Amino acid sequence: MVRMRMNQAVAAALADEMREDPDVVVFGEDVAVAGGPFKTSDGLLEEFGPSRVRDTPISEMGFLGMAVGAAASGLRPVAEIMFIEFLGVALDMVVTEAGKFHFLSRGAFTCPITVRASIGAGLGFGCQHSQTMENWMSHAPGLKMVMLSGPQSAYGLLRSAIRDPNPVVVLEPRALYGGRGQVTTGADGILPLGEARRVREGDDVTVVSAGAMVKVALAAAEASDDWSAEVIDLQTLIPWDRDGVVSAVRRTGRLVIVEESPYTSGWGTEIAAYVGARLFGELRAPVLRITCPDVPVPFGRELEQRYMPNPGYVTDQIDQLLATGRVPDPWWVGEGRSA
Amino acid sequence: MGDSDRMERRRAVAADRVARYERMVEIRAFEDRVQGLFSEGRVHGTTHTAQGQEAVAVGIAAAVQTTDLVTCTYRGHGIGLALGMTPEVILGEIMGRDIGCVGGIAGSMHLCDRELGLLPTFAIIGAGIPVAAGAALTAQVRGTDDAAIGVFGDGAANIGAFHEGLNLAAIWNLPVVFICENNQYGEYSRIDLTTPIEDLADRAASYGIPGIIVDGQDPDQTFEAVSAALAVARSGGGPTLLEMKTYRYAGHSRADKAEYRPEGEFERWYERDPINTFRARLESEGLLAPGDAEAIDERVAARLEAALQAVEESPPATVDAMFGNIYAPV
Ligand SMILES: Cc1ncc(C[n+]2csc(CCOP(=O)(O)OP(=O)(O)O)c2C)c(N)n1
Ligand SMILES: [Mg+2]
Repeated sequence: MVRMRMNQAVAAALADEMREDPDVVVFGEDVAVAGGPFKTSDGLLEEFGPSRVRDTPISEMGFLGMAVGAAASGLRPVAEIMFIEFLGVALDMVVTEAGKFHFLSRGAFTCPITVRASIGAGLGFGCQHSQTMENWMSHAPGLKMVMLSGPQSAYGLLRSAIRDPNPVVVLEPRALYGGRGQVTTGADGILPLGEARRVREGDDVTVVSAGAMVKVALAAAEASDDWSAEVIDLQTLIPWDRDGVVSAVRRTGRLVIVEESPYTSGWGTEIAAYVGARLFGELRAPVLRITCPDVPVPFGRELEQRYMPNPGYVTDQIDQLLATGRVPDPWWVGEGRSA
Repeated sequence: MGDSDRMERRRAVAADRVARYERMVEIRAFEDRVQGLFSEGRVHGTTHTAQGQEAVAVGIAAAVQTTDLVTCTYRGHGIGLALGMTPEVILGEIMGRDIGCVGGIAGSMHLCDRELGLLPTFAIIGAGIPVAAGAALTAQVRGTDDAAIGVFGDGAANIGAFHEGLNLAAIWNLPVVFICENNQYGEYSRIDLTTPIEDLADRAASYGIPGIIVDGQDPDQTFEAVSAALAVARSGGGPTLLEMKTYRYAGHSRADKAEYRPEGEFERWYERDPINTFRARLESEGLLAPGDAEAIDERVAARLEAALQAVEESPPATVDAMFGNIYAPV
């Protein structure tokens, strides 16, 4: 085990995949000479050279298109999108091209691209550089999508994403890049796609979270003596671990979902609908989603922190759910806003 | 027809100008037949035919290797046939049957043949341009002598993917040939309404690569131009933009009667019809004897009849085909 930051874990995963497979290539804006705007590819150019590690022009559509063509012809390209918002100008390449190649070729072509993008609020980048946008990708069968929650998750999921024969989008909470943790590297550190991970045991409620919210959910769970929460890191958003989540919730009888994204059409909406339908009559409380409000991410420091679920708020929401058996209003209702 | 027949069709076009002529005749007759089937209501959905553009298709197919990857557009029946796909697998796809090249789950806009080097054809304008550059990147990283071909329309020269793709291919010196089929129209808009310059080849200058205008109605010139650009690409000389001046005889898609065309325009282009002029040339060179052209017409007609029959005997697209290839197995 090695202690490292999440951005170092990303770089370590890239380097290990590149050592094992000469077809893995890395490109994106400032990823080579500078080692990445968030230092997620530090050292790769030096070790693997300019053919496999390339700086691109500011051409997201162009270089993701190249990734698609390179993947279909045998390489394993890993393309970096600096901020998830920049994927907007290139979404076609992921959703409509990469995600359809296998289907449109009757299985003859695969398109194993890995698209890494930093996501999320908390660092004062303003509303055009702080979203998560996972639902851009969630209506496109053919794609897989994971969300990183820390150094081990970064190392393990990224390695699986690169090895997967399908296009995989890897969402990396920017606010976590600097966070340190112990990382098991090598084959033992690889985490399979499609499996949620239980990060805390508990009996009264199952809290499903992803990305930066895993830490928030854990802290919220630690803070209460009145109830014990099982915390699950969903890890893979598409295809998500239906069986794992349903069996966990069946045991505790309560489901709380913590998401760093607006309330409407979050990934948690799908989970709430699925689990609610499957476990109708077995649940001891309605499904509670704890999310951000339906507003663009605000800039001011205090407001930005308030915008996202934080541990105190999550604990309070779960307290209310358990005390009343009803879904509490989100904080903004107290500010006179509609739920 | 099996795999070997498709390869044989490819080899024929690569080796022999008379075979290229026959393939052009086949493409024309195929497209006419497809339009007929649509207007008879025997096919659903939409289709985009390429009558008038046959010389571009065979010129490309004659010049590329089967290990080169080709990206092309939804107006792809002609290029598919030229590359060696059989009428029955393309018609089968157009008609949504199991015999189709993708099992009938994709349709007219999405043809694919991996062995012949055809990536799933693109229905999003310009998307195939950077994808072709990506296939060329594979050749460069692996050090093979493969190249890639990106075929697109004149309308695609105004979308970002064109500029991003050419710029990237230029700075990385990738072995790719970009081929713009300038058929004078993007949907219902004549090119001068959407594009401020006459020659799209001029745009190559912005990326520091050669931009060459080619007579897209002459299969000898299209073949020579693609061959020369591929040779440059394979020898490390980087990308080339070829603008093939051609003309779309039919409307944009099945329902379009192309009434927006100025009077006399079609007739002027038809005077240089690629099939008629090539036939005259082959006859004057003695490669087509009297009666040969008629025999070719009959052979093609019989082949298309047989193809239609095979398609009609094929079951419709299956549920297995729909679910079977969403994710590649890990
Ligand atoms: C990004 C995008 N915008 C619009 C369309 C709709 N559309 C389909 S074909 C077409 C015209 C394209 O013209 P051109 O590139 O000249 O090709 P041609 O049809 O003439 O072969 C348009 C606008 C599309 N498919 N993709
Ligand atoms: Mg056109």
